[in-house]
Amino acid sequence: MTIFLENARLIDPEAGEEREGNVILHNGMIAAIGAASAPADAQVIDCRGRALAPGIVDIGAKIGEPGERHKESFRSAGLAAAAGGVTTIVARPDTHPAIDNPETLEFVTRRAAEASPVRIRHMAALTRGREGREMVEIGFLRDAGAVAFTDYDRVVRDTKVLSRCMTYARSLGALIIGHPQDPGLSAGAVATSGKFASLRGLPGVSPMAERMAFDRDMALVEMSGVKYHADQITCARTLPALERAKRNGLDVTAGVSIHHLTLNEFDVGDYRTFFKLTPPLRSEEDRVAVVEALASGLIDIISSMHTPQDEESKRLPFEEAAAGAVALETMLPAAMRLYHAGAMDLPQLFRAMSLNPARRLGLDCGRLAEGAPADLVLFDPDAPFVLDRFKLQSKSKNTPFDGARMQGRVLATFVGGRQVFGEAP
Amino acid sequence: MTFRARHLLGIEPLHPLEITTLLDLADTYVDLNRRTIKHSDALAGMTQINMFFENSTRTQASFELAGKRLGADVMNMSVSQSSVKKGETLIDTAMTLNAMHPDLLVVRHQNSGAVNQLAEKVNCAVLNAGDGKHEHPTQALLDALTIRRAKGRLHRLTVAICGDIAHSRVARSNLILLGKMENRVRLIGPPTLMPAGVAEFGCEVYDDMKAGLEGADVVMMLRLQKERMDGAFIPSEREYYHRYGLDAEKLAFAKEDAIVMHPGPMNRGVEIDGTLADDINRSVIQEQVEMGVAVRMAAMDLLARNLKAHRGAEAAGEH
Repeated sequence: MTIFLENARLIDPEAGEEREGNVILHNGMIAAIGAASAPADAQVIDCRGRALAPGIVDIGAKIGEPGERHKESFRSAGLAAAAGGVTTIVARPDTHPAIDNPETLEFVTRRAAEASPVRIRHMAALTRGREGREMVEIGFLRDAGAVAFTDYDRVVRDTKVLSRCMTYARSLGALIIGHPQDPGLSAGAVATSGKFASLRGLPGVSPMAERMAFDRDMALVEMSGVKYHADQITCARTLPALERAKRNGLDVTAGVSIHHLTLNEFDVGDYRTFFKLTPPLRSEEDRVAVVEALASGLIDIISSMHTPQDEESKRLPFEEAAAGAVALETMLPAAMRLYHAGAMDLPQLFRAMSLNPARRLGLDCGRLAEGAPADLVLFDPDAPFVLDRFKLQSKSKNTPFDGARMQGRVLATFVGGRQVFGEAP
Repeated sequence: MTFRARHLLGIEPLHPLEITTLLDLADTYVDLNRRTIKHSDALAGMTQINMFFENSTRTQASFELAGKRLGADVMNMSVSQSSVKKGETLIDTAMTLNAMHPDLLVVRHQNSGAVNQLAEKVNCAVLNAGDGKHEHPTQALLDALTIRRAKGRLHRLTVAICGDIAHSRVARSNLILLGKMENRVRLIGPPTLMPAGVAEFGCEVYDDMKAGLEGADVVMMLRLQKERMDGAFIPSEREYYHRYGLDAEKLAFAKEDAIVMHPGPMNRGVEIDGTLADDINRSVIQEQVEMGVAVRMAAMDLLARNLKAHRGAEAAGEH
């Protein structure tokens, strides 16, 4: 099967540039870029000058399988991803039970492949049951396809355990993903400490909790030499530490969630629980600093941190409500806010959403180049719409962007050279 | 009359004129309450539900009495009898209550913001009787009325609020109200009991009580919860009393005619000296309780008027 995409605005994150052109997809790969005319048997799609970029590789989406299928299944997550231009979901292991052994990993890998229209890769827990005591079978899990190891928001408190996990992981070249939040200082907190949290009477955590935990992890990374990725860096005060770690040659990358790039603590407003996230939304100064760090390349990766929650768990007082927001489908339109604000251009954004995450995980996708997998998203960065949460593909509808004016709409998504979303041309 | 609010969720959304209107009306209810026949029919035929997710004897009694004196049918619900314990969400509780057509809903909840969330889902007027560490508007209003009657004005006064500011909804509501009415507010307490970002609140912050009380017109003491005295926030009860407990010696730094307030219930010998609390020349603690009933009557009266007007407009198809 051959597809000829013509008149596209090609977003090339590797070269850091965009240009007009045509693309030929053949046998699941990008066969040619810039060819003047369509091959004889090709299906022709006229992109009419819309943007064509490598599909998003999203590190850190939660899917409810196993354990919470009523919140999200591989099918619904896959459909949401396709509608959002995400071509590879890298799923989190904070499921029930946690994905902490090769058997569970094989089960979810098979389920995902059957049900999802987009690619799904899996991360495994770092310790058994994410309890921070015994390391998982890192070798077997890697052989079974785990692309990274993380306990997500249950930070490993015991530094001896963590240092051994890191040292062992290093020998296998495995990537460890940390969640820099000091568990002591952040215990019970649902907001960032400051005037807003104090006036609202919400327990807050100092941004310093992120810096402390990051500093601790950096010391252990320096000791063990492991490959390390910080899932979410959200505070200005952590940035100098990140910059220093990179300058000292540690194999460290950092991510940030799309919500921490586009929202701040004031969006919580009158205790709106859809804005309750982990870590909590930050001050506007922090948000701006993090956007700048992303534009400069200090922060490498944007993630959705997609976390489906059912209605019941959000219909509670703010302190008791579940944290997290769905974002697979809204990540690209939300990222366009950064583009329209002039903070980043499209190649920079897709460097952070597609190229960098793929590279960090050692995946071949995320590129707009001949010979790369034909995982692409066609979108109109300017198309305006008002978001209606009940039209989302996810089973859970907990988006902070309900009713928000968005600009940037996905028109079609291709995975392995096959169109998985969008109107038939 | 200037009072437009549909709910009384906090002091924050109120205009200074609304506060003045409410206090003026409360003054008339103070007079009514001092008569032998204390009855008005402002709320006749209306249903008031007091819903207390967190236990409170004093506030609940005050609201109950206020409603009954205005002729409302008053029902008390406490959390132990409620289905919240069975896993019902807050919104479900609100919808269930709403179906019973109450006119006034008085809510106390242990979580900040829970009353705001409830108010979004019901068709009646909601009064916040204290939510978590957020607001306790009727307490701030009764304090304001007490100050106004004792000092003859509610502006250009120096008010010192002392104690556990961080965990106190009373402190937040008072801070906002006194600020709106253009007073000078000082917060006094150990730094561990100060909220984060307190420097941006537009008030002065002291950790030395004597310095903070210097020249104060009003000294407002806060209750220190027993569970916070065990070394987590302060080293011990006796050290706290020594440094922050109000006694005659510390009070001498305030103005000669300064009044002493406390929202109750008091921990005598922890945050306030027992003799001082009973000194009728300085302490207005009993007046505060009296003003509480009058302020709650005024608040419910005004909200009921707005509710009737709102429903009337709706029936006339004006919405």
